Amino acid sequence: MSRRWIVIAIPMLWLGIFFLLPFIEVARISLVDPAIARPPYTPLFEDGAFMGDLENYAFLLSDSLYINSYLSSIRIAAVSTVLALLVGYPMAYAIARAPEPRRTILLFLVILPFWTSFLLRVYAWIGLLKGNGVINNVLLWMGVIDEPLVMLQTDFAVYVGIVYTYLPFMILPLYATLVKLDESLMEASADLGASRASTFLRITLPLSLPGVVAGCMLVFIPAIGEYVIPALLGGPDTLMIGRVLWDEYFRNRDWPVASAVAIAMLLLIVLPILWMQKMQERA
Amino acid sequence: MRRSWFLIIAATLGFLFLYIPIGSLILFSFNESKLVTVWAGFSTKWYGELLRDEQVLGAVWISARIAFASATLAVVLGTLAAFVLVRMRAFWGKPILRGMTTAPLVMPEVITGLSLLLLFVSMERMIGWPAGRGMVTIIIAHTTFCLAYVAVVVQSRLVDMDESLEEAARDLGAAPVRVFFDVTLPVIAPALVAGWLLAFTLSLDDLVVASFTSGPGASTLPMVIFSKVRLGVSPDINALATLIILVVALGIVIAGLVMRRK
Repeated sequence: MSRRWIVIAIPMLWLGIFFLLPFIEVARISLVDPAIARPPYTPLFEDGAFMGDLENYAFLLSDSLYINSYLSSIRIAAVSTVLALLVGYPMAYAIARAPEPRRTILLFLVILPFWTSFLLRVYAWIGLLKGNGVINNVLLWMGVIDEPLVMLQTDFAVYVGIVYTYLPFMILPLYATLVKLDESLMEASADLGASRASTFLRITLPLSLPGVVAGCMLVFIPAIGEYVIPALLGGPDTLMIGRVLWDEYFRNRDWPVASAVAIAMLLLIVLPILWMQKMQERA
Repeated sequence: MRRSWFLIIAATLGFLFLYIPIGSLILFSFNESKLVTVWAGFSTKWYGELLRDEQVLGAVWISARIAFASATLAVVLGTLAAFVLVRMRAFWGKPILRGMTTAPLVMPEVITGLSLLLLFVSMERMIGWPAGRGMVTIIIAHTTFCLAYVAVVVQSRLVDMDESLEEAARDLGAAPVRVFFDVTLPVIAPALVAGWLLAFTLSLDDLVVASFTSGPGASTLPMVIFSKVRLGVSPDINALATLIILVVALGIVIAGLVMRRK
């Protein structure tokens, strides 16, 4: 009996201390004021009196920077998710319909980039998108454009970076649902005279909806908290909440405001997850 | 089934999109010029420069040790968590444990990093440990989020495993610990290897959590790369990327051969 409790206690204790407790710390420090001291914040209780207030949260609401970056995170994550779906769906469908040895190879090729460094894959796009980068040089050489396009340090570059790094997370769940589709349904639809477009919209797409939802969540949720991609590919006005939190901590050294941003950001992540759970219960 | 040209073209473009950036990284690592985007002849001088860069070499060594330690710890803790979740009967703490092993998967890295840093700072003040931040704190942080990935991989293997094997061992009089080490562990071993490799890769790749939980003197490889990349594109980073891709490709080929032999 006691052995059983040791097995339970080890992972429980580790996660309790290093996963749950840190959130209590974040919540606590989001209620206090910054201070020029070590650590750089005031205590929550002083001489038994509660010193916390919601000043940091009021500050987040009063300064438009935070609300704008909150909204712009949602927008950038949503646009990237839709783009990833548009790029990923045909790829997943093509892989699902490929004959067997080729299917495994193609699937492998989708996963392979995931095992190489995420940071370096984002870095690769700097060289491609720069003003004197590969894409501009090729387009200039072909005579498509007369002067270099401005692509790096724009929202466009951030979309490209997110779609590029999270594409495997979109393709895999889509592939998993598409490969199980019964082809006779599509054949029946064609035999009954439906056009390809109509068969796709009325049979294939609705049946693959669980994969669409799963893939979109797997792209949207990490994209919303992304720091590296907007920092390397985005411009100074590409606001994202993860980047704001990073700057509050590393640049402004304001731990209490950084903590309040973290708590606000959690809400942003929890809502889509609750929505997805509801969708899954219905399905 | 009719052949769809639309699908073939879309998939071809999609794969080009996935591989052109990687190809350009490799190509320009052999470029003579410091400008990474203009071709000026073949050269391997950036590899030489990279291998003389002590900051990069030191960071590789630090990152490798951190990844090895966190992956190993994460496999032990993640397997225990998966075992409790799949094999043990319900008790009050099970939903809490389930929540704590799934939440790190969706937690933004900036939040994980900041929250652990705040914890380490408070712990140091209250109990004097961990004294300062460095490799130990990064290992703890990486173990915590890698553990969740290991738990997912091991749980699915445990669910698929034929439980009658364990029952048979128990009926033959084996103690629970013996059943675990002699029956369960060999069956789920492939999941442990997969989980370890996944954790190792995730730890090696992490910039954000390490930046928050690191201290002076413990710069990991992604931290060094990030500070270099922020100053602009440089060919020695391309050389580093090419070496990483080579190592990963080799690792995957070897893993494939080992799996095939089995």
